[in-house]
Amino acid sequence: MKSLLVISRHSPARPQAREALDVALSAAAFGVPCGILFMDDGVFQLIKGQDAAQIAQKSLAANLQALPLYGVEDVLVCQHSLGDRGIQANRCMLDARVLNNAEIAALIEHYDQVLTL
Amino acid sequence: MDFAIALLAGPQDPAARSALEFSRAVLAAGHRISRLFFYRDGVLLASQLNVVPQDEKDIGAEWRQFIQDNHLDAVVCIAAALRRGVLNPAEAERWDRPAANTAEPWELSGLGQWVDALQSADRAVTFGT
Repeated sequence: MKSLLVISRHSPARPQAREALDVALSAAAFGVPCGILFMDDGVFQLIKGQDAAQIAQKSLAANLQALPLYGVEDVLVCQHSLGDRGIQANRCMLDARVLNNAEIAALIEHYDQVLTL
Repeated sequence: MDFAIALLAGPQDPAARSALEFSRAVLAAGHRISRLFFYRDGVLLASQLNVVPQDEKDIGAEWRQFIQDNHLDAVVCIAAALRRGVLNPAEAERWDRPAANTAEPWELSGLGQWVDALQSADRAVTFGT
């Protein structure tokens, strides 16, 4: 099977965030070897202790926590995007592995297909 | 070569035009399109209720014509479509809505169709950010 990397770039309040996650979860449900990389404003999705109800939304946390259960092997976060936004890696859930730009380049090389959502 | 082509942006976005021109070029070069997949705002292309001024191009109509002329498999993500008010007659009835706004050649189906197309295609290309 071809492996798939989903790059999620949107903040948690946007529908794009949930729709990127849905792609990763469905691919994993079909047995596709799958990873997800949070970049740009996508890194905000990982911050612990968010309360989506305050903006009348459903929390993304349950879907995020489903990633390992569905077999999404790689959960990764961009170091540069975290740094730009002043976010410490220990504020991220799921023990997302922090990658620098060179490691991201190697990651993209490693996967057969890459989808940026 | 088999291409799977996805469009993520809506009719107002130039990506909808780029994706159409690319798809035309793929066929013109003698390749095949195994599936077109419309996701996120791309599902709005499937609405038949968009009205454009007479001196502007109707991108939705052009897509529809292109799909029909070439007998392509054009799948619209059902979850993304329902959220954006794109319903075929079956969904309009299921959700008790007063009207449907999409039909053939568009097919409402799940994300699994895209996952499947990604696996089988030689090249997977996505348009829209």
